[in-house]
Amino acid sequence: MLETFLQFLFSGITAGAIYALVALGFTLIYNASHVINFAQGEFVMIGGMATVFLADAGWPIWAAAPLAVLLAVAVGVALERLAIAPAREASTVSLIVITIGASILLRGLAQLVWDRNFHTLAPFSGEEPIRVLGASILPQSLWVLGGSLLAVLALGWFFGRTLLGKAVIATAHNRLAAELMGIETRHVMTLCFALSALLGALGGVLITPITLTSYDAGVMLGLKGFSAAILGGMGSATGAVVGGLLLGVVEAMGAGFLSSAYKDAIAFVLILVVLVAVPRGLMGARGAERV
Amino acid sequence: MSLLEVQSLSKTFGGVAAVAEVSFELEAGHVHSVIGPNGAGKTTLFNLIAGAVRPSGGKVRLDGADITGLAPHVLAERGIGRSFQTPQIFAAMSVAENVMVGRHLRLDRRLLPSLLGMPAVDRANRAARERAQLLLDQVGLGQEADRPAGGLAYGAMKRLEIARALAGDPRLLLLDEPAAGLNPTETAEITALIQAIAAAGVTVVLVEHDMRLVMAVSDHIIVLDSGRKLADGTAAAIRADPAVIAAYLGQAQ
Amino acid sequence: MIRRREARRGGLGALAAVLLVLPFVLPNTYYLNVAILAGLNAIACIGLNLLIGYAGQISLGHAAFFGIGAYVSAILTAGQGWPPVLALLAALVLNGALAFAVARPILRLRGHYLAMATLGLGIIVAIVLAQEVRLTGGPDGMPVPPLVLLGWSPPGEAAWYGIVAVLLWIAAWLSLNLARSPIGRALAALNASEIAAATAGVDVARHKSLVFVLSALYASLAGSLFAHYAGFITPAKAGFLQSVELVTMVVLGGMASTFGAVVGAAILTALPQIFATFHEYETIALGAILMGIMIFLPRGLVPSLARLAGRR
Repeated sequence: MLETFLQFLFSGITAGAIYALVALGFTLIYNASHVINFAQGEFVMIGGMATVFLADAGWPIWAAAPLAVLLAVAVGVALERLAIAPAREASTVSLIVITIGASILLRGLAQLVWDRNFHTLAPFSGEEPIRVLGASILPQSLWVLGGSLLAVLALGWFFGRTLLGKAVIATAHNRLAAELMGIETRHVMTLCFALSALLGALGGVLITPITLTSYDAGVMLGLKGFSAAILGGMGSATGAVVGGLLLGVVEAMGAGFLSSAYKDAIAFVLILVVLVAVPRGLMGARGAERV
Repeated sequence: MSLLEVQSLSKTFGGVAAVAEVSFELEAGHVHSVIGPNGAGKTTLFNLIAGAVRPSGGKVRLDGADITGLAPHVLAERGIGRSFQTPQIFAAMSVAENVMVGRHLRLDRRLLPSLLGMPAVDRANRAARERAQLLLDQVGLGQEADRPAGGLAYGAMKRLEIARALAGDPRLLLLDEPAAGLNPTETAEITALIQAIAAAGVTVVLVEHDMRLVMAVSDHIIVLDSGRKLADGTAAAIRADPAVIAAYLGQAQ
Repeated sequence: MIRRREARRGGLGALAAVLLVLPFVLPNTYYLNVAILAGLNAIACIGLNLLIGYAGQISLGHAAFFGIGAYVSAILTAGQGWPPVLALLAALVLNGALAFAVARPILRLRGHYLAMATLGLGIIVAIVLAQEVRLTGGPDGMPVPPLVLLGWSPPGEAAWYGIVAVLLWIAAWLSLNLARSPIGRALAALNASEIAAATAGVDVARHKSLVFVLSALYASLAGSLFAHYAGFITPAKAGFLQSVELVTMVVLGGMASTFGAVVGAAILTALPQIFATFHEYETIALGAILMGIMIFLPRGLVPSLARLAGRR
């Protein structure tokens, strides 16, 4: 019983770490611009697919992965510069449709440049499972957890200790005030898109050896990441990480103990229950509307 | 007999008391004002009476009936109308349509006739439109009836809100800073408008910083400070109250 | 007001004219088929526009109601031998009840939280439809018997076109009537400011529920008809991408514009068919066009073009 439980817990935390990375990407962009970027999952897909194809072309993984992440960052910057920035004045729903259009476009490009098949990637350090209290952990899971942890710590350092990071936080709090203080909020927006593309692509690179990838792998991952961000409370970085891990674990437990056919539904049932009980997510901002 | 009775009304936001144990009575047909420095809890008091915010404690009675914590649309049905500190107008609609929304409760709201576009709905719309025109003429926006409301100037939006509130035939009208941002001419017009509304039998409550306006129209003044009632009484009594002078008037002059 | 009523009559007249002329200018039944599919999407979009455009409440799960409509029709006619019209009505009742049950708790949410909740609801429905294999045939879908009205079955594309065109026109007429009624004004009011609408006497929760149920009924009708017309239905029709497509049609055509919803549905149904010859580029073009229109005409096609025409 304990072994099964641990087994589900490990796989849940692994998936949850990826959800957390995607959710952090949502949170970054949301805080800087109040845009919900529905192309977030596509960054994950680009990270995974580009690594796969570079590796197939003979590149070593230590070169292919960073290059794939860089490609995703370039796409993120292009998305912000070419589609989001020109539509500054558009309504929330219009912006949502723009990012949905971008996600469709990116999926189409992935189909064209790569293909419509499933792909896998060799695990970074072998496939020999590690035994822990009777449960087994894939070495790749450790890569996922370690990589995600490093990314979260680096992000914390960036926002807590660097001037640039503080400029981003200032912009998120009050755009006008930040501008008056001489912060180029335009660049801050671009930076946030770049960072969130980086996080998503990193997740894609790390998870692909476990889950396979394809041109449309980003759809579900994006939705799960959005769920995790909402679950934690949109705009809260801690909430995004907690929401991601919680979602991953609940999903793995539900799939293991209740019904694997309804694995994907469990995440959304959870989110509906939480939203009906706590309309602003677990760690979302609370406050009355001023009239 | 008093129209509205407020008894030990309180509201705390995250441990901070915005309104604390406030009690007063409003006599029907009079103009009442709530004054006090910024942050005294005036707008919160309005929000509590009009149902936008649920009280943490205390009672509100309208004509003797307990209305504490009822939803805003239920209170509208009971005869409470209000305007907002920051105008909450329906920007995409025309000025006249804004007022017609204020008439909502008196119109045919059955689903089927609405879907089928039956003549009854047309008649209701026409009647509401005529009524809206009258009210817009009264607040001085008669010429603007068909313009998009979002294009109005700030002062005009405040007057539009008054017309919209009047469209519901309220017994009690709460006006949150109706003269804020107005020039002296407009303030004089608002003063006359408030007097006309009161003369028609509507009980008016003002939150207002313009002391000249307050003193000119009020039969009764309630002074709030840090969420508590400092004093209430006639304009003359308030002007003479040492506590009020110390806490508020003295500071302003 | 008067001008607006004329615009409404003119619009309904123009819609009738287009619907009448269309079958005579379309070169063959393939295009008639596209027109029928566009019409069915347009019916769903007119309903969705009541919710998103007028009342300002986003739904990213509306294909669920379309899918439930389609599957209830399919299951009751194929499995239980119900007459199609009765099955269609049963689907309306079921969808209406479901929408009513979830409306109050879900529509308390705002903005992105509402988007998330409706999205989750839609995905749950799609997963149930895909997993309940015994009832629905699972991810591969299930066949649906043809439509029968009082013993008559539409023999071909032309008859189907007639049915869809009439229903589409009625759907638009009902929507326009509602928009200018006190209920329609209340919806627009709560879209602009919930607290001001409530203060004016509008029961905000009740109106949100009402418009949510109405929009679900529109989608249900379109779904039932689609099932019978296509003769086959898969859970993908209830899925997230389908929901997104419906929202996109509404936003592309123009928010709070009944005719915009029709135009958006027509364009987005026809585009993939046009690009089908360049199969590889279909999704790319679709994505690029969506982004382009929203960046350059953020209010959507019909309102933006109407504005241009008005300025001239």
